[in-house]
Amino acid sequence: MKNEMKMEFDAISANEAFARVAVAAFVSELDPTLEEVSDIKTAVSEAVTNAIIHGYEGMEGGKVNIRCLINQDVLHVEVMDKGKGIEDIEKAMEPLFTTKPELNRSGMGFPFMEAFMDDLEVLSVPGEGTTVIMKKKIGCIPWIEDEE
Amino acid sequence: MGENFRVIDNYLMVKMPEEIDHHKSSYISENADKFIVQKQVNHVVFDFEDTKFMDSSGIGIILGRYKKIACFGGKVFAIHADNRIRHLLMISGLHKIVEIMD
Repeated sequence: MKNEMKMEFDAISANEAFARVAVAAFVSELDPTLEEVSDIKTAVSEAVTNAIIHGYEGMEGGKVNIRCLINQDVLHVEVMDKGKGIEDIEKAMEPLFTTKPELNRSGMGFPFMEAFMDDLEVLSVPGEGTTVIMKKKIGCIPWIEDEE
Repeated sequence: MGENFRVIDNYLMVKMPEEIDHHKSSYISENADKFIVQKQVNHVVFDFEDTKFMDSSGIGIILGRYKKIACFGGKVFAIHADNRIRHLLMISGLHKIVEIMD
């Protein structure tokens, strides 16, 4: 089974909740557990928040694009922005690293995406934008075992 | 607004909202800081009873408040945290600075 969804919305913080709920609703046909839904919502929230506060740095007029693809039992989510991009992706992905401590950012955005999805890929060109690609297999034991 | 923040002795009690994300976080952080400065509270208690969703913004709220009060010997507590929130605190290493109470 294959199913695809695309959406575009303004890069404003009020849309963070809408984005994660929309992706969670799209994936409901795979009958995910409550925990899987929470995992997806957290990961999407992190990616969209990054696009808004880091990609566009709160500037008006930016758009965030999300593309979701369901292929068998795997959810594929892409979150794209055309913002400033990331200079050093490896550094950006380090736990607790943040360029915006004054905004009370924890530096846990990418680590949370990594923890809650099965696969995370970040593509970025400085000055052109960033695409975050995440994958998660639904309805089975996670690929990476929980710590407990 | 006021009903989400209560001062009991030198503890600030913060009732966390149903959804904690970046959109909601500045409101919580700014108001908590106001209480910390004006009422000179030592400790902050975050109450997660109503919380159904949290992302790393919640971690930022807790970490930011901890930094404000830790230098004066203040502590940060979490109450009514469900398994999900405990897990988030755990993977971000915050369980080392936040006392999780049952």
